[in-house]
Amino acid sequence: MDNFFKDTPDFKFHLEHPIVKKIVQLKESNFADSKEYDYAPLNHEDAIDSYERVLGIVGDICAETIGPNAEAVDAEGPRIENNEVVYAKGTTENYAALHEAGLIGMSLPRKYGGLNFPLLPYVMAGEMIARADAGFANIWGLQDCAETIYEFGSEEQKDSYLPRFNKDGATAAMVLTEPDAGSDLQAVNLKATYDEERKVWLLNGVKRFITNGDADISLVLARSEESTSDARGLSMFIYDRKNHAVEVRHLEKKLGIKGSPTCELVFKDAPAELVGKERFGLIKYVMSLMNSARLGVGAQSVGIADAAYREAIKYAEERAQFGKEIIHFPAVYEMLTNMKIRIDALRSLLYETTQFVDISKVYEEIKQERSLTKEERMEMKGYAKLANVFTPLIKLVASEASNIIAYDSLQIHGGTGFMKDFPIERIYRDARITSIYEGTTQLQAVAAIKGVTTGVFLDQIKRYDSEVIENNPLQAKLQKMTAEYEEISKRVMDTDYPDYLDFHARRLVEMAGNIIMGYLLILNSQRNEKFNRSATLFVSLGQAENREKYEYINNFEPQNIELYKGCLDLVETDLE
Amino acid sequence: MRPLKIVVLAKQVPDTRNVGTDAMKPDGTVNRGKLPTIYNPDDLHALELALNIKDRVPGTTVTVLTMGPKRAADIIRESYYRGADNGFMISDRRFGGADTLATSYTLAKGIEKLAPYDLILGGRQAIDGDTAQVGPQSAEKLNIPQVTYVEEVMSISDNEIVAKRRLEKGVETVSAPFPCLMTVHDSSPVCRSRQAKRVMQYKYARTQTELKSKSTEEYLRELHTKRPYLTIPEWGVEDIDAEMEKIGLSGSPTKVKSVESIVLTAEETKVLSDSDVDIEMMIKELIENHTIG
Repeated sequence: MDNFFKDTPDFKFHLEHPIVKKIVQLKESNFADSKEYDYAPLNHEDAIDSYERVLGIVGDICAETIGPNAEAVDAEGPRIENNEVVYAKGTTENYAALHEAGLIGMSLPRKYGGLNFPLLPYVMAGEMIARADAGFANIWGLQDCAETIYEFGSEEQKDSYLPRFNKDGATAAMVLTEPDAGSDLQAVNLKATYDEERKVWLLNGVKRFITNGDADISLVLARSEESTSDARGLSMFIYDRKNHAVEVRHLEKKLGIKGSPTCELVFKDAPAELVGKERFGLIKYVMSLMNSARLGVGAQSVGIADAAYREAIKYAEERAQFGKEIIHFPAVYEMLTNMKIRIDALRSLLYETTQFVDISKVYEEIKQERSLTKEERMEMKGYAKLANVFTPLIKLVASEASNIIAYDSLQIHGGTGFMKDFPIERIYRDARITSIYEGTTQLQAVAAIKGVTTGVFLDQIKRYDSEVIENNPLQAKLQKMTAEYEEISKRVMDTDYPDYLDFHARRLVEMAGNIIMGYLLILNSQRNEKFNRSATLFVSLGQAENREKYEYINNFEPQNIELYKGCLDLVETDLE
Repeated sequence: MRPLKIVVLAKQVPDTRNVGTDAMKPDGTVNRGKLPTIYNPDDLHALELALNIKDRVPGTTVTVLTMGPKRAADIIRESYYRGADNGFMISDRRFGGADTLATSYTLAKGIEKLAPYDLILGGRQAIDGDTAQVGPQSAEKLNIPQVTYVEEVMSISDNEIVAKRRLEKGVETVSAPFPCLMTVHDSSPVCRSRQAKRVMQYKYARTQTELKSKSTEEYLRELHTKRPYLTIPEWGVEDIDAEMEKIGLSGSPTKVKSVESIVLTAEETKVLSDSDVDIEMMIKELIENHTIG
């Protein structure tokens, strides 16, 4: 396989976005580190060059190790031996390759052994790794936990845990879900009690569906406040695997991402350290961690979509029926082109979102060192607002689209795709989880609808509109789509009927998403005309999709919700 | 265990996986200027073996020596990215046109300049010539023992190294005293990846020639005064005390007469012992079928 970074020029394109200059400058505090570290950048160009070179290493490892290992990892999967999770052989090789290349802890500051990269190149690495092996991307992506320790941990915790990521290749896990606390994490029940004698917190209870549950360093959400039952009784803890106080009771057998171990864990008086303040576990720290993870799933989804698309192209170019390669049939080339333009659109939204998160996070970081100016504070707030609604948006649209793209790719493979002979069979299975974990699509809609109701999406859309160079015929289409979106979302918000906004939330969010992605592609095409095709085709696709949603909402009688509730009656009747 | 000083011989070669129509000159020699270049694959195996010994024996240093035109400095940079400690270039127009004999002489002179050393490692052969002669000839010139086809280093002590050789019909474990030279087989582990920090650290490593080039920006020259380790030493004929008649074209008795594309059809192989009788028979046969003579 070719280098995954070099065969995808879009990465370079997105690194050249004008706003990246600002991100790098803030992240590198005017390149002060270069005096102390000879691998720190001297200026902006140097930083970008370093990102590209390092992403080139990731691209190599994807092409030479992770990608070729994917099939065997899927077949072998992890297992439990002596109460420990043993990865598939390929998984161990993959992680060792990334660790030896010094890539673990990419976004951590240099003093902790990290590369001090912004999220942008880190998320790009995640996308490439997911393209190579979606299941392995989880193990890679869990270094987000290091980020959380860096943001909220004490100085001692940072000093003791963070260097282990780059140096020892420590793995991480976010230990949140329980049998009765899935989407609703407020119901978490794992107990944390403070042992006055030993001066240590002890964790007791069961966690379920924990990705990479037997990791070196785990962030555990637990109930520290007795006789509470809501989010405010939950705190976050660091558990170090060296304590050997957690039993890996069971590994789930899954539809996809089989290389990624999904564990059931039993904590038995497991010593743990409190992160930050008590009671802030869910409401602050997990929320932050989840946002990073959602961005990660966005990247994973785009990587899966890209893998599926490439498999489809390859197959369609080789497979001949009726005397010609099937790529020449309209039904096939339409599917292929739709995949490609969607990927272009999703990738643009993914890196746009990452940039928002980058700027808001880097200001948070600077805030620890010095107080921000008024303008900086305003800017931080603005970007944080955008990040908060764009993150669930990308997670929602990318995960759903990756499923559609994997579906179409398998379709192009025909009967062969249904067999285990081609990678698409695995990719199709792997895609399925993306719209479920780290918050289902339905929950992303609940978070992203705030972008609709607060007008954050609309304001941003108008900002994009003002950046369009005159005489772009697509602009008029997008403006019309915007007007329809504005009208119908206002109507929904103004309708006073129970559940009404929730009922249409996903439709409204997706309408905004289509407009935003349409604008992003136009803005891309202003920097590089190769995006003209995607912009043209995506806008007409988006226009049709939005039109359908508009019509549906426009003709929807609010009281029809009661008819939808009919399924509740059916259940009750069945039970009787 | 005392730290070792290892020298890795590495060559920049044309990327024969990406050969275009102009890959060969009319005279049958490789048109080097027209081909993308890569690190000779077997030499990467040698570098890995050296780095592996460095992991095993603390304090060991790995020095890479390459001979080639200006752009062969890429070999030194690539070696730094993967973990080498030092790199030296032998580069001088007068070395041009060297066959394996002149190359071995030149490399041996370069290695002598790096003395004292314990171990010289090189790939078994280079993909542009496939002769597998340079390693053994260099050992002869340096008058040190050689171990060819090395797959794995089994053990190392202060005075001796034990290695496993990958042969056509099995393996052989041999020991050699230091200093010695080993050529490394491609069945040994593949080279470790570039390391992120090292890439960022050494990406501005340049030879003096490169620094002097007009296209080099001024800040790079300044950077080299602050970080002298970024400057890759470059040796010419005088630096290694080479005799003119032994280098380059004049030191190369090999003349390419013609090159033909041959598809090997022979299915049987003949195994000969190292007895005088067998060797005599082979020589006679080769003379009869005009392979030699």
